[in-house]
Amino acid sequence: MERIEAMKIITESLNDELLICNIGFPSRELYSVKDSNTHFYMLGSMGMASSIGLGLALSQNRRVVVFDGDGSILMNMGTLATIYNQNPENFILVVFDNECYGSTGSQCTYAKTVDLGKVAKAIGFEKTFCFRDTIEFEQILKLKGPVFVHVKVDPGNADVPIIDLSPEDIKNRFIHEINKNRSF
Amino acid sequence: MDSSEAVYNALKEAEIDFIVSLPCINLGKLLEMVECDPEIIHVPVTREEEGFGIAAGAYFGGKNTAILMQNSGLGNSVNVLASLYELYKIPILMIISHRGTQGEPIIAQIPMGKATPDILKVLKIPYFNPKTSEEAFKTIKKAWDMAKTNGSGVAILLEISYW
Ligand SMILES: Cc1ncc(C[n+]2csc(CCOP(=O)(O)OP(=O)(O)O)c2C)c(N)n1
Ligand SMILES: [Mg+2]
Repeated sequence: MERIEAMKIITESLNDELLICNIGFPSRELYSVKDSNTHFYMLGSMGMASSIGLGLALSQNRRVVVFDGDGSILMNMGTLATIYNQNPENFILVVFDNECYGSTGSQCTYAKTVDLGKVAKAIGFEKTFCFRDTIEFEQILKLKGPVFVHVKVDPGNADVPIIDLSPEDIKNRFIHEINKNRSF
Repeated sequence: MDSSEAVYNALKEAEIDFIVSLPCINLGKLLEMVECDPEIIHVPVTREEEGFGIAAGAYFGGKNTAILMQNSGLGNSVNVLASLYELYKIPILMIISHRGTQGEPIIAQIPMGKATPDILKVLKIPYFNPKTSEEAFKTIKKAWDMAKTNGSGVAILLEISYW
C-alpha cells in the first residue's frame, strides 16, 4: 500500500488524539483524507515533526500521534534518543517508511539498508511495531507509550491539492483545540 | 545576585516553565538551577534545532518556553527558526552564551561569534546584549513579553565578559 492508504487506516482508528503531520505530501494527503482541529500540518522544518510531538506530549496529558517519514527521521535521528529518555506515556511515533524522499521525487534514502525499527530498538524503545500489508492500530492505542510504529509503504504520492489554510490558522485552531479540554 | 542567578531569577519572573538546553561551559551553573527546579520541565537535547522543535510543541501545549544554548547552536537552528517559528509566529526566549567575544580563548569560536548578530538580524529576531546582572534581570522579562507579543524568538546574547 502507499502512504495515503496507511494514513486512512490509522486516522480511522483515532479518536481525540492530537496529530502532528510531516512536511510535504504527507500533510497534503492527510488534509485530503480528513481535516480536523486536532491536526497540525507542519509545512516546513523537515525533521521537526517528531520533536514537536515530543514537546506537546510532555506539556499536556492528551495523547499525541506523529506521522513522520523515513527521510525526516534520518535527518533528526538524535531526537529518538531524547524521546526515549523523556519517556512520554502519551506519545506514538508513526514512521511511514517508503525508503525514499517521497515529496521531492522519491530519491532513495538510507532506510533501504538501515532498518529504522532496529534503530529504535537499539536506542531502547520497548514498544516497537512493524506493519507492512495490514495495520492494526487499535492495539497500539491501548499501549502505554512511547510507541514506535514502523509502517513500510510503497513509494508514491497521491494527486492531492495544496493545503489552503494559512500557517497561523493551522496553529491557532490547533492551540484552541488543545485548550478546549485540557486536563492539566 | 551573580550572573547565573540573575538569568535564573528572570526566567522565574517571566514564568518560564519549559526549557530545552544544550550546554556551554558558561551555562553550567544556570543549567543546574534549572534542572533542580520542580516547576520547570527541563529537556536536554541532542541538537539545538531539535530543541526548538520540542519547545514549539510545548508552546502549543500551553507552556512558556526558553532555550539555553551556545551561539554556535544558532547555526544548527536557522531552518527551524525560519520555516517553523517565523512561518507560524511562535514565541521563544533564547538565552545564548555568546562565545567568540572579547576574551575568547578558543580560536574555533571566533567565526561563529562574529556571525551571530548578523544571523539574528537576517532572521528578524530581536536581540539584547545585557552587560551586567542587573541589566540581564530586567531585559529577560521584557524579552519574553516581546516574544509573546511579536510571536517570534527574542534572543539574549550573554558575552564572555558577562559571566
Ligand atoms: C532541510 C530541508 N531539506 C530538504 C527539504 C526538501 N524536502 C521536503 S520533503 C522531503 C522529503 C522528506 O522525506 P520523508 O520524511 O521520507 O517523507 P516522504 O515524503 O517520503 O513521506 C525533502 C527532502 C526540505 N524541505 N528541508
Ligand atoms: Mg520517505
